[in-house]
Amino acid sequence: MNAIGSMRRHPAAKWVGIVLIAGSLLALPFVLASVGTAWVRITNLAILYILLSLGLNIVVGFAGLLDLGYIAFYAVGAYVYALLASPHFGVHWPWWAILPIGAAVACLFGVLLGTPTLKLRGDYLAIVTLGFGEIIRIFLNNLSDPFNLTNGPNGITTIDSIHFFGVDFGTMSRVGPLAFSSTIKYYYFLLAVMLLVIAVNLRLQDSRIGRAWEAIREDELAARAMGINTRNMKLLAFAMGASFGGVAGGMFSAIQNFISPESFILTESVMVLSMVVLGGMGNIWGVILGAVLLSFVPEVLRYTVTPLQMKLFGRAIVDPEVLRMLLFGLAMVVMMLFRPAGLLPSAVRKRELAAPKP
Amino acid sequence: MTEARPVAAAAAVLEVQAITKRFGGLTALSEVSFSIGEGDIYGLIGPNGAGKTTLFNVLTGIYRQDEGTIRFRGEMLRNATPDRIARLGIARTFQNIRLFANLSALENVMIGRHVRTRATVVGAVLRTPATRAEEQAIERRAHELLDYVGIAARGNVLAKHLAYGDQRRLEIARALATDPKLLALDEPAAGMNATEKVELRKLLERIRADGITILLIEHDVKLVMGLCDRVLVLDYGRRIAEGLPKAIQKDPAVIEAYLGTPRATTDPHPDPLPGEREK
Repeated sequence: MNAIGSMRRHPAAKWVGIVLIAGSLLALPFVLASVGTAWVRITNLAILYILLSLGLNIVVGFAGLLDLGYIAFYAVGAYVYALLASPHFGVHWPWWAILPIGAAVACLFGVLLGTPTLKLRGDYLAIVTLGFGEIIRIFLNNLSDPFNLTNGPNGITTIDSIHFFGVDFGTMSRVGPLAFSSTIKYYYFLLAVMLLVIAVNLRLQDSRIGRAWEAIREDELAARAMGINTRNMKLLAFAMGASFGGVAGGMFSAIQNFISPESFILTESVMVLSMVVLGGMGNIWGVILGAVLLSFVPEVLRYTVTPLQMKLFGRAIVDPEVLRMLLFGLAMVVMMLFRPAGLLPSAVRKRELAAPKP
Repeated sequence: MTEARPVAAAAAVLEVQAITKRFGGLTALSEVSFSIGEGDIYGLIGPNGAGKTTLFNVLTGIYRQDEGTIRFRGEMLRNATPDRIARLGIARTFQNIRLFANLSALENVMIGRHVRTRATVVGAVLRTPATRAEEQAIERRAHELLDYVGIAARGNVLAKHLAYGDQRRLEIARALATDPKLLALDEPAAGMNATEKVELRKLLERIRADGITILLIEHDVKLVMGLCDRVLVLDYGRRIAEGLPKAIQKDPAVIEAYLGTPRATTDPHPDPLPGEREK
């Protein structure tokens, strides 16, 4: 807290901090690639999860609407991209057209989910949104007959990668001595989108709109009595959250080149919600921390548990996949006991007080 | 506001005509009528369960009346939602304080400005000069209002961490932030000590002097009788008396409602008789 306070007082220190953070973010993929290219890929997935968590944070963290089917919007964004940039329909639109369309379609689905659930809260809302998420997945699984829209469980393959100013993000390119693999290029793309989404979130939170959401989260009746149109504000929260999910979905399609309904199961919704809750609902930095931890820790386990066991016991006793769920559950229990508001709980935003001291 | 205001001649801000509200078989309000003159402090008293808060909830759009009409500044409030009523200029506080508990005092008041500001998502994300100016104005006004109710130094404290009396003040500040023409206060003095009540009384008089009409539900009879221009007495959802505080204190129907023998057996804790504490 003090460090942040003094940073605010010294603009020079602030800039040094920004340059350091920017430098390490730019260098990160090359450092990771030197350890193993898989780690860059894992980082990219982590950024996708950050995007999803930030989107869900608007709905759950700001407006206080428990959504258990959030991954549906990710799916919608992903399928919009896949259908408009793959041989499935023979359509190959550029990414800068499809990503906004994906966001808009996801936004529409957000309103579609929001409208009938306006009067629901808490557990009831959770059940309806959970159902919504499943409905979307089941539709994707079955919309292959009589008209083949989604290609069913087989999914959509050979989705176009992103092309940007003549650079194909799907292939390797070299700039002088540096080799930019497809994964590394996507890292930079995702990084840019992530920074944009963080900026949008920060500004929304610290605005009239963000305060209205928080008012609804705290006390919906009082919010209405203060003149907040809770219907519109809740729909707006669903719509904004959904469009962030849609953008993340589109990028997922482009990076993976292949999607199927299996990527959008309930576990994914639960995972994203866990990231939001673990990090600290309503706190943007907390949510990012939650997403990073829950994306990386399982991967670190995957790469360390088996070798460790081999060294200790000479054979692998516990499968890392099993251990992962065990630790995940344990982490959640411990969290709820000791830090129920998350790792970085939403803090009071201190403002300069103009009050004269007596 | 002039010093000696004509009591009934002032233009009516709020006219309530024969409001009836039923909950299943229970008639919570039965053909209640009254009107509040511009710049008045209008008291609403009655024993527990008389329908005072129900009347508040009907006025602020939380409940919808079954019969009767409400006219606010000449405009009929038909099927108006709470947010629309706040926009029209009625702000309220709650009997059991309903602040935004996990937000700071200042933010609570800033939220009150929502209805008088217009920044959209686009404006908020792009931080246009208009939005920035509006944000500054919101924050400045919120500071002013905290100062106005006397809790300027507590702006950065979470609402839930404020002392009880300060929470009541904050609710008033938040309601004032919506620029109301009519401020409806549901037992603002509940739980306050004598000093706090004196302060509250000063605050309410100041609000009235600033041109805001006040509708006040209050149990502290001394406060009501000393402060209000007119008083409406409800009992079992019916209007049993209305008029100047002096006349209300002597009204036999009011005395019976507060002391009445048939109710003494059913209601072991009647509210104090008006005038009782004045001696």
